Amino acid sequence: MSTFAPPDLSQWSCPLPLRDYPAIVMGHGGGGKLSSELIEHIFVPAFRNSALEVMGDSSVLPALAGRIAFSTDTYVVRPLFFPGGSIADLAVNGTVNDLAMSGATPLYLSAGFILEEGFPIAQLAAIANSMGAAARAAGVQIVTGDTKVVDKGHGDGCYINTAGIGFLADGIHIGPTRAQPGDVVIVSGTIGDHGMAIMSVREGLEFETILKSDSAALSGMVGSLLEFAPNIHVLRDPTRGGLATSLNEIAAQSNVGILINERSLPVLPDVQSACDLLGMDPVYVANEGKLVAIVDPSVADAVLRVMQQHEHGARAAIIGSVTSQHAGMLAAVTAIGGTRIIPLQIGEQIPRIC
Amino acid sequence: MKYLEEFRDGELAQKLAREIRQTATRTWPMMEVCGGQTHSIVRNGIDQLLDGAVEMIHGPGCPVCVTPLELIDKALAIAAQPGIIFCSFGDMLRVPGSSADLFRIKADGADVRVVYSPLDALKIARENPERQVVFFGIGFETTAPANAMAVHQAKLQNIANFSMLVSHVLVPPAIEAILNSPTCRVQAFLAAGHVCSVMGYWQYYPLVEHYKVPIVITGFEPLDLLEGIRRTVHLLEAGTPQVENAYERAVCFEGNQPAQKLLSEVFEVADRAWRGIGVIPRSGWRLSEAYRDFDAELRFDVSGITAQESPLCHSGEVLQGNLKPNQCPSFGTACTPRRPLGATMVSSEGACAAYYNYGRFVALESIH
Amino acid sequence: MCLAVPGQVKEVYDSFGTSMGKVSFGGIVKEVCLAYLPEIAVGDYTIVHVGFAIAKLDEASALQTLDAFREMGLLDEEFGEPASAVGETP
Repeated sequence: MSTFAPPDLSQWSCPLPLRDYPAIVMGHGGGGKLSSELIEHIFVPAFRNSALEVMGDSSVLPALAGRIAFSTDTYVVRPLFFPGGSIADLAVNGTVNDLAMSGATPLYLSAGFILEEGFPIAQLAAIANSMGAAARAAGVQIVTGDTKVVDKGHGDGCYINTAGIGFLADGIHIGPTRAQPGDVVIVSGTIGDHGMAIMSVREGLEFETILKSDSAALSGMVGSLLEFAPNIHVLRDPTRGGLATSLNEIAAQSNVGILINERSLPVLPDVQSACDLLGMDPVYVANEGKLVAIVDPSVADAVLRVMQQHEHGARAAIIGSVTSQHAGMLAAVTAIGGTRIIPLQIGEQIPRIC
Repeated sequence: MKYLEEFRDGELAQKLAREIRQTATRTWPMMEVCGGQTHSIVRNGIDQLLDGAVEMIHGPGCPVCVTPLELIDKALAIAAQPGIIFCSFGDMLRVPGSSADLFRIKADGADVRVVYSPLDALKIARENPERQVVFFGIGFETTAPANAMAVHQAKLQNIANFSMLVSHVLVPPAIEAILNSPTCRVQAFLAAGHVCSVMGYWQYYPLVEHYKVPIVITGFEPLDLLEGIRRTVHLLEAGTPQVENAYERAVCFEGNQPAQKLLSEVFEVADRAWRGIGVIPRSGWRLSEAYRDFDAELRFDVSGITAQESPLCHSGEVLQGNLKPNQCPSFGTACTPRRPLGATMVSSEGACAAYYNYGRFVALESIH
Repeated sequence: MCLAVPGQVKEVYDSFGTSMGKVSFGGIVKEVCLAYLPEIAVGDYTIVHVGFAIAKLDEASALQTLDAFREMGLLDEEFGEPASAVGETP
């Protein structure tokens, strides 16, 4: 895990005890001097952009010459820091990716923090700095935000909500109802990386091998894909519930069947081993830096090539197709040539011994 | 040799399946006892691959499915007590008790933790000396050595705040109970390979002798399952009921002696209630006299708890192979994976859950 | 109750008077109790269930089993038995 260098508190007007124990207190959410110090010393330097630095009650942004895509998500991951990333990366990339899945160019994010009393300021600074870095990498600006503090014992340290605005060019109509029989299903890389990275550090289920989260912004990849094939039918980032959940939802929403070939699914050997050990199935494990694209067969090979040339798409693969059979359901040809249904799971996948 | 990928080889699997289909002159009903085998069969689509040659009747080999309702309620009662840290394998979390499950009481604030190994629970006990730590010790003979070691170490190291809620069940008495049922359709058994890694397979000879059914010790990877089924079909076709070991790389006749030794110290045979089936005499293990101090059922005074199975749930009949899931009147109506009445609908390898998902699937031939 | 996975023993040591080890499962290393396999050595493969090694894997036996699978059906292929259509990979 990263070590946290405490911020330079010599310029802060925090009460004396805070200089010795730099932690969040109730006052930091109160809107007064303590709150503005957090903004001035932590958030503004980390997020650094002109809209934010105006420090108005709302951020005023230039008009967009087209449709607006708007998305929000709240991040409550435990642990906050894990191999390959942190809640900061998820908070930025998650919302950026949601916007990108509509075919939009993500532009602006808001960031709302719910902090637990006693949360170390050094960790908050680390989170803010990582968010700033992730935002810059994704080409977005965090232009407005909020901080609230809850009593110790509530709030798991830090929860973050981000909402995002993106610009949707004319002529783009991507959505989960657009899959059609004959379409090709493509995944942008290895599945299950993020969920198993989290599993690998959770209490009681520790491994000694470093499995890394794949958290990444996919807006660049989507931009390249759309330049090449503006008529992509469906894009989805398979986060909670994994690939299986996303494909089930798309099958239901488009009223089609989806059939995948398990031998084509890209899975890292370490991730597969971890899944084998815990009796889990990679298709249900969360991803934070992957997307599924459902496209017309005429552009499938070319879309695949564009993905593979992108830094986050090296392991992209065609994994299946859309069918008019078994509408609403996801099925798979197994590695041994049998068939199975991949149903929606009830609740989260838990390790099993049986 | 890594022992996994080699036994998942698609081409060899197709070969074995072909051989099975070509050997079978009729559809042979056989039972795989172990839930892990059921999972692998469904997961790999083996039952579809062998459609017509065998009928796999999914047996009661999932300790999740057969842990009595009463014991689940006791577990819930203990876990809900303030200050308790209740540790369990993930499998048990969603199994319904009379009015709740571990998952739900965890949401209500109980400290319920999923662990991978009983030693993890022991570690939690060591690290939290001021709290009572209870481990839900379920399983067949495969898991018993692990649970035994945890209690044994607790005793040796005097970790007094640790205790175990024991629900151990034994495979051979279960097979016998199924064979004794007047409506038994099962004509052969795939014995659970890892149970036999621990116990050996000397116990199956008397069963084969008496009931004249083949029993084949079978592994869990696709090739192991197919090979176990293949050998079973050959024995059935030849009319020669025998014990055969189709999992030789991990199973020997005597089993694991050091494990059996500790098991005989820590546990003693007892009558056990099997959810949906009823009491099968001498079919389970409880903590022996020397280890009874660590018995959570005694420590937390939950003896008063009794439970009544829902009259709508027929999982017992399903577990014994007497009823197909879709023949149960509650199937898909009062009982679904989202709102399960019994464990066979909860567990991912429960026969009812498997059937529910498959049954919604339109004609398979249309896929190819 | 039967999910057990093969792994290779990388280290053997004592902990609280019990034989423990580090076992690698295709690269994932986990601590495993080896108390039930007193003869196990570094380099051996074992089947592990809930953190306990319960059997040593017999390599010769495994190879033999796989050979038997490979040899199976050779006669059938000679006689040109048609492969069944059900379950063939697309």
